[in-house]
Amino acid sequence: MSLHATTSQTVGPYLHIGLTWLITESLAPAGVPGERAQIRGRVLDGDGKPVNDALVEIWQADSRGKYGASKRFRGFGRSATDDAGAFRFHTIKPGRVAAPGRKLQAPHILVHVFMRGQLKQLVSRIYFPDEPSNAQDPVLALVPKERRATLIAKKTGKPGMLEWNVLLQGRNETVFFDC
Amino acid sequence: MPPPITYRRPVAGTQPEHLFPRYASTVKRAPTQPLVRLPQTETELTSPVFGWSEVKRGDHDLTNQHAGDPIGERIIVSGRVLDENGRPVPNTLVEIWQANSAGRYPHRVDQHDAPMDPNFTGCGRTLTDRQGRYRFVTIRPGEYPWRNHYNAWRPAHIHFSIFGQAFVQRLVTQMYFPGDPLLEEDPMYNCVPDESARRRLVSALDWESTIPEIALGYRWDIVLRGPEATPMENKERLPG
Repeated sequence: MSLHATTSQTVGPYLHIGLTWLITESLAPAGVPGERAQIRGRVLDGDGKPVNDALVEIWQADSRGKYGASKRFRGFGRSATDDAGAFRFHTIKPGRVAAPGRKLQAPHILVHVFMRGQLKQLVSRIYFPDEPSNAQDPVLALVPKERRATLIAKKTGKPGMLEWNVLLQGRNETVFFDC
Repeated sequence: MPPPITYRRPVAGTQPEHLFPRYASTVKRAPTQPLVRLPQTETELTSPVFGWSEVKRGDHDLTNQHAGDPIGERIIVSGRVLDENGRPVPNTLVEIWQANSAGRYPHRVDQHDAPMDPNFTGCGRTLTDRQGRYRFVTIRPGEYPWRNHYNAWRPAHIHFSIFGQAFVQRLVTQMYFPGDPLLEEDPMYNCVPDESARRRLVSALDWESTIPEIALGYRWDIVLRGPEATPMENKERLPG
């Protein structure tokens, strides 16, 4: 039996009605092991205007690099952008996750972004700054060198607080994946 | 550890591109750089699990969330969540939202001059059962105007969000109603060239789920990407 996957359609401007009940911006309650990371960013369109109707979902491993292994840390986050186009997550830095071919990936967070004007979601990843394993990451290696920086969160000066933006177009357009 | 099961890529013409100028909002929001093809790793092949502790048993009934009954035609919307191999996707979160029977959303952005219904929010959710089945009780949503082009009207639709068992299966889509003449003019419905893919977005009147004297039933099956027949290990190699 072979079916075809249902066609994706936009989340539209009224997504909040159905999807905000599951907003999860604090992923790691006290006691969950791991280095705390606050990630903030903005979604900006081709004119540099804030996208105030986007939904950002993240999926990540725990500090040991395991997915869904702990009841206290699911690893799923959902944030809706505000009028400044801003989203935010309080989480932990994930551990390294296996890659095909007995390799390891650098710590990363999967990102899906939904919004009016996207007929299907955008897929990206957040990597961490000052992380030596980025140099060996097999997914980053697929990205043209000059664009890799768009996937790596920036330090903000405040400890544990990182900035990672979604630029939909323009000179520093974020790298999006087809998977 | 065995190589992970990976999921099929979409069949040509069945999924939209990011840029689709007939849908005007895509122009400033679609990426302009080519997407980077990402091999499916454990990150993409896993997904959060949701349970009945957070989804409530009555959350599937959108007609029962307020003191009174909502205005409009009560309907049952049900179907199965399957993968491309026809296997049911059990215990997965299905979230829906929709306009009221007058075509109005209780949302600050919606300024359409149509009445709000104090007895209808238009938000529901459920988990599929072991056979992948879901069922909602709701009100048939109204059509409404939007400003994409002159005299633009959205066909009646219900928004669906489905998680699946791997993040590569994550799907947000819309369900339409049979025989709606607005479909032919709707940029969203027409975002893919494959006509049968478009038709699969349209539900069917369903006598089996219809409750006599109470509510018409509409059936709509949702198909998520299916696992490949063979593991990907040999097909796609990551660079060193």
